[in-house]
Amino acid sequence: MARVVVDVMLKPEILDPQGQAVQRALPRLGFDGIVDVRQGKRFEIELDGPADDAALARAREIAEKLLANTVIEQFEVRFDGAVDSAAAATSTERTAG
Amino acid sequence: MSARIGVVTFPGSQDDQDALRAVALVGAEPVALWHREADLRQVDAVILPGGFSYGDYLRAGAIARFSPVMEAVIAGAREGLPVLGICNGFQVLCESHLLPGALIRNGGMLFINRDERLRVESTATAWTADYSVGQEILIPIKNGEGRFTADEHTLDELEAEGRVIARYLDNPNGSARDIAGIANAAGNVVGLMPHPEHAVEELTGPYPGPATDGLPFFTSILKQLVAA
Amino acid sequence: MTTQPAQSAPQHYTVDTVENAAVTPEVEQPYEALGVKPDEYDRIREILGRRPTSSELAMYSVMWSEHCSYKSSKVHLKQFGEKAPEVDFLLVGPGENAGVVDVGGDLAVTFKIESHNHPSYVEPYQGAATGVGGIVRDILTMGARPIAVMDPLRFGAADAADTHRVLPGVVRGIGGYGNSLGLPNIGGEIVFDPCYAGNPLVNALAVGVMKKSEIKLAQAHGPGNKVVLFGARTGGDGIGGASVLASATFDDGRPSKRPSVQVGDPFMEKVLIECCLEIFAEDLVVGIQDLGAAGLSCATTELAAAGMVSAGVGGMDVQLDLAPLRDATLVPEEILMSESQERMMAVVIPANVERFFALCEKWDVTATVIGTVTDTGRLRMTWHGETIVDVDPRTLAHQGPVYHRPYHRPDWQDGLQAAAPDSLSRPKTGEELRETVLRLLASPNLADKRWVVEQYDHRVRGNTVLAHGEDSGMLRLDEESNLGIALATDGNGRYTKLDPYAGAQLALAEAYRNVAATGARPLAVTDCLNFGSPEDPEVMWQFAEATRGLADACQVLGTPVTGGNVSFYNQTQRSASSAGGAVSQAIHPTPIVGVLGVIDDVTRRTRLAFEDEGDILLLLGDTRDEFGGSEWAHVVHGHLGGLPPTVDLERERLLAEVLIAGSRDGMLSAAHDLSDGGLIQAIVESALRGGHGARIVLPDELDPFVALFSESAGRAVVAVPRSEELRFTDMCRFRGLPVARIGVVDGDAVEVQGQFSIPLEELRRAHTGTFPALFG
Repeated sequence: MARVVVDVMLKPEILDPQGQAVQRALPRLGFDGIVDVRQGKRFEIELDGPADDAALARAREIAEKLLANTVIEQFEVRFDGAVDSAAAATSTERTAG
Repeated sequence: MSARIGVVTFPGSQDDQDALRAVALVGAEPVALWHREADLRQVDAVILPGGFSYGDYLRAGAIARFSPVMEAVIAGAREGLPVLGICNGFQVLCESHLLPGALIRNGGMLFINRDERLRVESTATAWTADYSVGQEILIPIKNGEGRFTADEHTLDELEAEGRVIARYLDNPNGSARDIAGIANAAGNVVGLMPHPEHAVEELTGPYPGPATDGLPFFTSILKQLVAA
Repeated sequence: MTTQPAQSAPQHYTVDTVENAAVTPEVEQPYEALGVKPDEYDRIREILGRRPTSSELAMYSVMWSEHCSYKSSKVHLKQFGEKAPEVDFLLVGPGENAGVVDVGGDLAVTFKIESHNHPSYVEPYQGAATGVGGIVRDILTMGARPIAVMDPLRFGAADAADTHRVLPGVVRGIGGYGNSLGLPNIGGEIVFDPCYAGNPLVNALAVGVMKKSEIKLAQAHGPGNKVVLFGARTGGDGIGGASVLASATFDDGRPSKRPSVQVGDPFMEKVLIECCLEIFAEDLVVGIQDLGAAGLSCATTELAAAGMVSAGVGGMDVQLDLAPLRDATLVPEEILMSESQERMMAVVIPANVERFFALCEKWDVTATVIGTVTDTGRLRMTWHGETIVDVDPRTLAHQGPVYHRPYHRPDWQDGLQAAAPDSLSRPKTGEELRETVLRLLASPNLADKRWVVEQYDHRVRGNTVLAHGEDSGMLRLDEESNLGIALATDGNGRYTKLDPYAGAQLALAEAYRNVAATGARPLAVTDCLNFGSPEDPEVMWQFAEATRGLADACQVLGTPVTGGNVSFYNQTQRSASSAGGAVSQAIHPTPIVGVLGVIDDVTRRTRLAFEDEGDILLLLGDTRDEFGGSEWAHVVHGHLGGLPPTVDLERERLLAEVLIAGSRDGMLSAAHDLSDGGLIQAIVESALRGGHGARIVLPDELDPFVALFSESAGRAVVAVPRSEELRFTDMCRFRGLPVARIGVVDGDAVEVQGQFSIPLEELRRAHTGTFPALFG
């Protein structure tokens, strides 16, 4: 069984009012020096089969097709507990356009 | 001689009844379409209504866009079928890539239900021909994710091609370029955040009025279909 | 004792069976931790002839709780039935999920109001959301399509930090849930008062419509019929208390933290509504009940008991392990106490089960047969084949404890009533009056509420004729005939604190007046009685007096109570040093009264806006020097004392008749009832809404301050076209209703001759600036 994590964030150029609301609230709670907060979504997907490149590719396809609206969002895919940095870099490249 | 105009019901759609009523009010034949059926029942045009299809889970419109009925709508739209997406319907059209851009959370973060003044920017679509360019109309909005966004290139393209069909006079949610509605290049697919189907009767329309500024969306399509 | 297979319960869970309970009478049970009193526990043992199993104890603890059994209020609520006026339109009275009235045109309307106060303090968004969800299901259960909601709300002081935590969450929750259901929110109120700090009131009203022949009842009939649980899966929502039971039957530890809060899913409820309506349209159910407070315990016992009572025979067998779960570790006691939302229970004849399930499948609604109706007179439940519950359901549903709580008039009541506002300093000059108008207009209770109201959808379904900002919420029921209904809710806690009997009557009078002002004829009442602790004899006196007042007033006005709700324990701990004076930590006694009215033709409805220059303004009713509990005394002097305005129910009835006749016969351009803030508040609201000012000439015999700010009841201001003035005033005089010309609709200011003039723009700024400044 492969457990994949997909992190979906708004693209940097998209205004994130929810993240801003969190950022505004933190000083009131006594936290200073918070430069920025952005809010996103995390999906945990359990797939049949081994935790290999094919699984990662499937997860990327799922992310691209459904989990992220690539007009406004970008995503990163990795195995749970281990960052597959090569795969993550590739996926970021693919969705930056 | 009349025209058949379909209104799709997804699980969680709400203003489907109001859209059906508006269609009937102008004398067209309303046809209820169920999301699970890929059969459009020979309608001449389709309305994707407002509401919270699939609870707005994941993203508004993200799941509805994959339903069987949408396969038929997308195929039809590519062949010139007139499609109007209102509010959640607009969100579904963007998620389906029949229209560019996306709708995100209102800038003020709150759901807003308010009568908004719009300026009609284009009458070159199947749904807006009965207005006049520059006409000021009063149409209710009610949404939490009504803020239209797209990259600068797309926005410039929409403007240059005259595909912005309506703009807010008093932008309630931070929509880019005050855009309230857009059309595709062919002009048969229109997405609109405000709800014209809620401004069709004196009794229930905006107060203070005018109460029926939404009617021309429905008379436009009827005239176009009957003339065809 | 037997251990269960680990399939849907954790290892080492030991089920407490009936067989086991019968032979282990000595087992200590944590009944007090569940809120069951020792004498109640003894009674349960007496009823059963043995100790209860832990599942049975769970059921008794929830069904006999104050919230479900009304044990402290029953003896007083009886009056609503005993004093009910004779009417021919009441189709279903108190005792069912909601009352139903005949509105004509072959249609029946069901409506009810309920509270979800404490959960909204704990978790504002979900508390308010699930409050809406719960009352909507009650309406659906009667066989109706829910068509609108309304929300009377009370919060602590507007600038208090906790109000800033609670109010926005509550408003978002009401909007978030109600909007997603596709139900227009057509009215309600928001009132701030320090007494509600820590105990906000979130009352939710829902209304639905159906054909008269389609009313459904919550009764299980027909031995052999199937019992179907459908809707959401059952999870651990709201079972904080049940963990006590669970831990008593565990060998080893497992997470004992269970959520006390219920979490709602409006999308689930929306599809449930559509699914149910299709099921009703095909007449597939014999009986139906929603799962609200006390979840499965309540639904099963009430269905079974009601069936037994109405048919003389009945009973139910349930296989509890068949209930679909969200959380596989739940044990029977928890399943029975779960308050997971969006669940319903139906009784279906075997021949209809397949079609029932097909409709559920169409809407993706989970449905499971979990039991059968029997003729044994018992409710029996098994868990993997072992009997864990075997009771007479009537003992749970109908034969709960009945308390005769002691009550006495507080010894501070006389002092409170004697502390009349007469000696408070009053504005005298035109400038002072002007300043007072603006100050009251901007005060949180009287200020414009659009910051809140714009978060609600009031348009969905396309039948909303009047909503927030008007005197009532009005809906068109029939597009052919234009038959419609109107609803208003009111309840002044300050008046009720000063005199509970009068205060409750004034609440009814105001809602009644509001409905009539829009042109609808008041028919029936629902009530939500929000009070402090029934264990406090002074609170109990307030409750006794308020119910007596409401019952008496309903009798005089001919509007029966069709159903409602009681919310007790709205109070924080009494401080040890409360000696004399009004230092009780209870909220003001706040009976919220909702009135339903009917209008033959919604196109004739009357708005409150001044639309036409030149219209004559008339004041109807009598104005006296009455400021006890008034907004002026509250805002300007922080004063609460004296007596509330005089109640004159015959005058209210006469006023209503005149307003309705005036509306129906086209004599009125506008009508607005007078209440909080008095005459000037009403005039300003009407002027702002219509965008036209008014030139007012006050009657000579009245002191200007009294004329403008007194809160005497039984009054309204109307705008009539010049051409109708004589006809209308003749009608008033003929019927004995005092009428005085006080001015004309004109210009762009509100001007009181000889006193002040305030431009509409200045009024609008004062009115609309407060809420955004507080909460924006």
